[in-house]
Amino acid sequence: METLRTLPGDDVRQIMWRYADRFDIQMAVQSARSIARSVVARLVADGARNTHEWTARKAELLKAFDESGLTAIYMDPAEGGFIEGPKNLALALVAMELAWVDGGAATSALASCLGLAPIHEKGTAEQRAHYLPLCTPPQPGEERTCRRAAFALTEPLPYVGVDTGILGGKMRVERWDEGAEPLLKIEKRGRFITNMDFADIVTAAVESDDPRIKGSCMVILEKDDPGTFDRGAPTLKMVHQLSSTRDPVMSLTVPASRIIGGYDVVDGVIVPRFGHGEIIASVFHRTRIPVGLMTSAKLLSAIEPVIRYHRQRFRGGAVGEPGSRRHELGLQMNEDALQRLVDVWATGEAGCSLGLAAARLADRFDPVEREKDRLFAEQGIKGRKQLAALKDSQERALEYVRLKHADGQGDPARLAELEADTLVRFVYMDALAGVLNPATKLWNTGVGATVMREAVSLVGGYGITEDCPGFLCHKWMDSQLEATYEGPEAVQRRHLSLTMTNPVFLEALRQWSAGLRRSGAEGATALAGALDMWLWTLDFLQKGADSEGRKLYHGKRQGVSFPLADALGWLLAARFLFEDVVELAAQAPGSPVLAEAAPGLAAFYADLACVQAARAAGEAARICAELVYGYGCADVAGGACDDAFASLRQGVDKALSGARLAKDRAAEALTGVMIPEALDYPL
Amino acid sequence: MSYHIVVCGSIVPDPLQTLEPVAGPGGPALKNEMMLPAVLDPWAAHALYEAANLAKAAPGSRVWLVSVGPKAKLQQVMMHVAQKVPFELVVMDGPAGGFVEAADTAAALAQAVEGIAGLEKDRLLLFGGWSSASRGTGATMQILGELLGVTEQFQGVDELRPADDGSFEVKERIEGGGYLRSRCAGAPAVLGWATGNLPEPPNNPQVGMQNMRLIMPALQKARPAAVGAAGVAYKAVELPGARRQTRIVKDAPVDDIAREIVEWIKG
Ligand SMILES: Cc1cc2nc3c(=O)[nH]c(=O)nc-3n(C[C@H](O)[C@H](O)[C@H](O)COP(=O)(O)OP(=O)(O)OC[C@H]3O[C@@H](n4cnc5c(N)ncnc54)[C@H](O)[C@@H]3O)c2cc1C
Repeated sequence: METLRTLPGDDVRQIMWRYADRFDIQMAVQSARSIARSVVARLVADGARNTHEWTARKAELLKAFDESGLTAIYMDPAEGGFIEGPKNLALALVAMELAWVDGGAATSALASCLGLAPIHEKGTAEQRAHYLPLCTPPQPGEERTCRRAAFALTEPLPYVGVDTGILGGKMRVERWDEGAEPLLKIEKRGRFITNMDFADIVTAAVESDDPRIKGSCMVILEKDDPGTFDRGAPTLKMVHQLSSTRDPVMSLTVPASRIIGGYDVVDGVIVPRFGHGEIIASVFHRTRIPVGLMTSAKLLSAIEPVIRYHRQRFRGGAVGEPGSRRHELGLQMNEDALQRLVDVWATGEAGCSLGLAAARLADRFDPVEREKDRLFAEQGIKGRKQLAALKDSQERALEYVRLKHADGQGDPARLAELEADTLVRFVYMDALAGVLNPATKLWNTGVGATVMREAVSLVGGYGITEDCPGFLCHKWMDSQLEATYEGPEAVQRRHLSLTMTNPVFLEALRQWSAGLRRSGAEGATALAGALDMWLWTLDFLQKGADSEGRKLYHGKRQGVSFPLADALGWLLAARFLFEDVVELAAQAPGSPVLAEAAPGLAAFYADLACVQAARAAGEAARICAELVYGYGCADVAGGACDDAFASLRQGVDKALSGARLAKDRAAEALTGVMIPEALDYPL
Repeated sequence: MSYHIVVCGSIVPDPLQTLEPVAGPGGPALKNEMMLPAVLDPWAAHALYEAANLAKAAPGSRVWLVSVGPKAKLQQVMMHVAQKVPFELVVMDGPAGGFVEAADTAAALAQAVEGIAGLEKDRLLLFGGWSSASRGTGATMQILGELLGVTEQFQGVDELRPADDGSFEVKERIEGGGYLRSRCAGAPAVLGWATGNLPEPPNNPQVGMQNMRLIMPALQKARPAAVGAAGVAYKAVELPGARRQTRIVKDAPVDDIAREIVEWIKG
């Protein structure tokens, strides 16, 4: 039977991840890859990670990023960049390429974008026009240095961490002459601030400590502003050492025009147009996607070194001549070694499918969001009225979701009409992004870190040494930071517990389940069953109470909502892998490069998707059962709910039929797949 | 003096890949050749960087990269190469593997070069690799030069130094690690490059986006090249008859190792 011939290359990835027609993105990927596998890999191989300090050698990274277009990737062409339009997918793919070798390098590449993101998302036109080009590397002939930015939200204990509401950073009016721009005194201490060794610009979250300023904001600080700009002590971190992290102390005087997004003066009080919470919500909404993908890329990066290690394990010894199974397959003679690697691979693929779907959605969402803002501004709709207008669009959004998934059975004219309605599209995309983005950050990093440990195990003792091919141990440790910064798992679970109950999202989930059933793909029915069971469980928990009559699904009851968010992560990742596998099977035969190998590729990926679906369905079923039965609700003690849940769960279990055979086939494929003679980066 | 520099080069499998010869439907081939990642032939890549460098120093010059290769794979490789230096692409669609006859490839290249609009032969420098990473015959550029009537030929070039009068000095590798310096009265000439002196330029997506405006149409316009390995069969492959028995000696000085090898070669 046809199966995988070679490890998937760019041709496969461009189809699955939908950038076959985006040359700008393909170039960014190539650029990032060549830096990752040369400068970055050399730094890691030479032990540059073995110091907490930012060194001259580590700084070579910034030069390499500048020279190869990666620093400018965040900018529009008018600001010195080269990609038109939204760049979420491009940034995600670049982060993945860098993390393929080292997560810290990826963090370094992204950190300046994070520092600028508040200005990019909510800055005034003047702020954008001033700061974004400053942080773009000079073009040939230009005499200036490239400025770098840092994002300072987190503060020393007991202030900002997971809870971003308890700000220690303060602002006061220092001087306000009649008719002149007020001067503000900013006091901000940061903790764990990336890029702090060399940042020229810091975007800092602060709140008012003065009756003449209202609320909180983010403010732009520059290193040469009058006052103290102390970069602080380096963070003694044990991960991502190719990024710079310090605890800065800043006490600076700045003009009020540095308030991000500007301010109004109302009754003699400075009122910032955006509170810090609003800005960080809009920033993190996008920047968390690449972080999740970094962990997934590392899982995929582990496949080749593990296969090579396994195959070569016994070569050169007294037993096992060339041509013998022991010589050719080495540790691959053992079913478990193969099957666990299949798990690593499937988890990596599923994470990428989920995260890149989120990134593409973010690209499509950006212009829709702007258009919605423009419409509201044009019609003078503000504040609560906006919420009401969006609520009014919900019914139409639900109809839109149903028609979109009607598989050609719906009314195309009505679909087109709804498609043209900005508010409908906004409500729909907002509902999806509200779930996919935190799910990517939560599932890819949290589960990814655990599965990365499996990859390390597969290389035995070598796995936990510094010279392990593919730097697997570093990658495992690094995953823990990816699960932590930009909001640890608790933050993502909390976010999901609010967004995953959105009716528009739930309707999409129902439609996805129906689509999976229709596809007839192996494992799809199990996954569809698990989605139905999850939906049933959510409904049950939202309506039900525990044996003491306390509400189950409630903001304070993280024991209920958080595990349900975890279960959803599993299901979504598996579902998006199916979607990418369908795309690959459809497109590969038409690609001159892949045509010959297409049947094998499609078969192998269908098996991987089935493996992941089975695992995800199992995880979700376990979690749902615990939540449904675990609170001793009267409803399930032998009642109608019991029957309903039990039959859903049994449906999932039975649909696992054949899933292990898929795993056997995928494992067998790993024994024959061609891999390169050596890793393409140093050890 | 400005030049019209035509760099001939195509793709080869990424050097780290496992290359396993197999008998394919179109003659001998490499196992899974289409699926293996490819790179611009390193020798041709050196030639391209040298060409771009020369063109930059001689305003008014133009650089073309002429490739006989499978266009779908070539497109993929361009996503990397197009970011390096500015050039225009000319493509003939056909196999570029190590089993294709040098004479066939040279004939296809000649056809492609002849078809370049605006190319002025009295300013023509034909650049390429003195060898190829997939087929080390070193013959393609020589035959191409002959076909185009360009008989000033240099092989194993590491340096080209233009003078103000249109002449240039060429440094060629010769036997025994030596160099031959020659002065050539001027274009047209064939230069088969060795490594040259330039580092690989960093990727610059801005250059890439500029190049892509011409590269994509060039790929779409690619005409089929009448090259291939059909009908070729390899009857036998033999290792050299003499084999040295070797052994492992801990901490042996390199001088001793070299001396022993020399003695063995002298026989
Ligand atoms: C290397 C590195 C780089 C960083 N870079 C930056 C940067 O550039 N800019 C920046 O502003 N910050 C940065 N950070 C900070 C990072 O974002 C924070 O560490 C993170 O948000 C968590 O905050 P905390 O460490 O204070 O954890 P805490 O708030 O103390 O939380 C600890 C744990 O307690 C639990 N927990 C806390 N609150 C809740 C809750 N409400 N519900 C349930 N469980 C809860 C969770 O398990 C959580 O993981 C960086 C951190 C590191 C380590």
